[in-house]
Amino acid sequence: MTTVAAGLPADKPRRSTGTAAFLRHARYVIGENPVTAFSFGLFGLLVLAAVFGPALVPHDPLASNTARALEPPSAEFWFGTDQLGRDIFSRVVVATRLDMGIALASVVLAFLMGTLAGTAAGFYGGWTERIVSRIVDTIMAFPLFVLAMGIVAALGNTVTNIVLATAIINFPLYARVARAEANIRRNAGYVEAARLAGNSEPRVLLGHVLPNILPLMAVQCSLTMGYAILNAAGLSFIGLGVRPPDAEWGIMVAEGAAFIVSGEWWIALFPGLALMIAVFGFNLMGDGLRDLIDPRRRT
Amino acid sequence: MLQLIAQRLTAAVPGVLGVIVVTFLLSRALPGDPAAYFAGPAATPQAIEEIRQKLGLDRPMWEQFIDYIGDLVRGDLGNSLTTGQPVMQELVTRLPASAELTLLALVVAVLVAVPLGVLAAVKQGSWIDHLSRVVTTAGVSLPTFFTGLLLVYVFYYKLGWAPPPLGRLDIYFSPPDHVTGFYLIDSLIARDLELFVAALGQLILPASTLAVFALAPLARMTRASMLAVLSSDFIRTAKAGGLRSHTVVVTYAFRNAVLPVVTTLGMVFSFLLGANVLVEKVFSWPGIGSYAIESLIASDYAPVQGFVMTMALLYVFLNLLIDVLYGVIDPRVGIDA
Repeated sequence: MTTVAAGLPADKPRRSTGTAAFLRHARYVIGENPVTAFSFGLFGLLVLAAVFGPALVPHDPLASNTARALEPPSAEFWFGTDQLGRDIFSRVVVATRLDMGIALASVVLAFLMGTLAGTAAGFYGGWTERIVSRIVDTIMAFPLFVLAMGIVAALGNTVTNIVLATAIINFPLYARVARAEANIRRNAGYVEAARLAGNSEPRVLLGHVLPNILPLMAVQCSLTMGYAILNAAGLSFIGLGVRPPDAEWGIMVAEGAAFIVSGEWWIALFPGLALMIAVFGFNLMGDGLRDLIDPRRRT
Repeated sequence: MLQLIAQRLTAAVPGVLGVIVVTFLLSRALPGDPAAYFAGPAATPQAIEEIRQKLGLDRPMWEQFIDYIGDLVRGDLGNSLTTGQPVMQELVTRLPASAELTLLALVVAVLVAVPLGVLAAVKQGSWIDHLSRVVTTAGVSLPTFFTGLLLVYVFYYKLGWAPPPLGRLDIYFSPPDHVTGFYLIDSLIARDLELFVAALGQLILPASTLAVFALAPLARMTRASMLAVLSSDFIRTAKAGGLRSHTVVVTYAFRNAVLPVVTTLGMVFSFLLGANVLVEKVFSWPGIGSYAIESLIASDYAPVQGFVMTMALLYVFLNLLIDVLYGVIDPRVGIDA
């Protein structure tokens, strides 16, 4: 502390530097709410499992061994084995990559489409706004999960279409927020200044309005990530998208569902818990990020 | 009142149109060539061409769209490939099962969520507030199908309190005479109490599963809305005037807090209708959701389109109902609109 202070000119205010101030603010917000720190921890764990999971697991997630099928959790098989004798722990860990991948891809897609369409609608108004609002209203006129089912049924039963369907039903959430935020900033002082400086309208939109909306949209990403995971898992639970023998949490719960009535609880429980923890973590992290980026809405 | 309903009906027209256009586009976006699909894998090019003409797929898009609307008006949603039955008829016979389940779940959710939210707001920071926070977080984070399976394991396998998760009635019972299609109501009409209990027993677990899911947004909104109202001036005045706290909370605060909760119902319905599909699969419930899943697995698309269309129209209708309800609760809405 003293060494750093000694290195600085005495009259320089320490508050001014952007990154340092943000980090200090971040540390304050996280320190104030340990739950946020916990959610970041969960997130780290998920990322680790997604990146290194396949290299770390004790058993081959696809290798079946019918001699040891339906064994309850033990020292050798931490989460037990399924009806084909596959190790559930390995499958749950390996599935992280696919589940996170689907959710992340759909959220990124929804983010790009929704932010661009929404910002343009709020910024330009007029016909752009009318068209975007009409699309948003039409999507919202459906129960969202049902619409996703219809889209996957029509476009074909593949993982890519699961991603696309999830992105489409998430699109209104982004478009609405982006539209509202762009609308507020449409005639803000700095936007007027950018116009007067001779920037073209698209340049003002992309260079001045959009960057100011991005942090809020990032919060939206984290908040909808949990919903995207649930949605994708729900679709694969009813048999869409991911096909056996691939490891994915929704399909694993579906496989275990048949064994619940005969008491083999571990097949469905552990992938279900993984789903729950992932969704829970993203919801908490979304709330935490919102506190960090948008202090006005802090709860 | 009638004027209000008429206004809302006109406002719902674009929604219905949007739904029809989207389902039409979805039905034309079937993977590959629909004619080749309907003709089967062994068809000759000539046979495919004949089917294309029969289905009207060789004509321009807008003509097909007009035909599509004509079919809809006549209530023709096509035939299921696997059963050969008209989709419309299947949906109509299966709808009561889904409706009974969803409505019961909604009633349970409202009955639990509203008092929970009110108590959590009145006794902020108490154990009931924490309980409500835990319940709402769990409700948002737990996948419905997973909650359902957990309940089956605990209440059927472990405790043996619930019947097996296999449909609307145990095989030893025969369904009551069809009046409303709701077994709970029909069994009461038939004065068969044993049947009523049996049907209720089958309903409890799937309805609770859905209710846990619907509870979360309702309780959260009730709490937030009550907190906002309780801190307003007229509540302070009512308290200062010496009114009993019961009167203040129920008559003064709750009535004003209920509007945002009614608005949340729209979102809750969207969740419920989607989650319904998953719960029907877990409990082998013979509703329209499991019909859609069976058809999806069999690549039988007409029922899926019919299902999406039915659900969307139901949802538009429910939103309309919420709007009207809103107008009844808050007369100011009718005047502005």
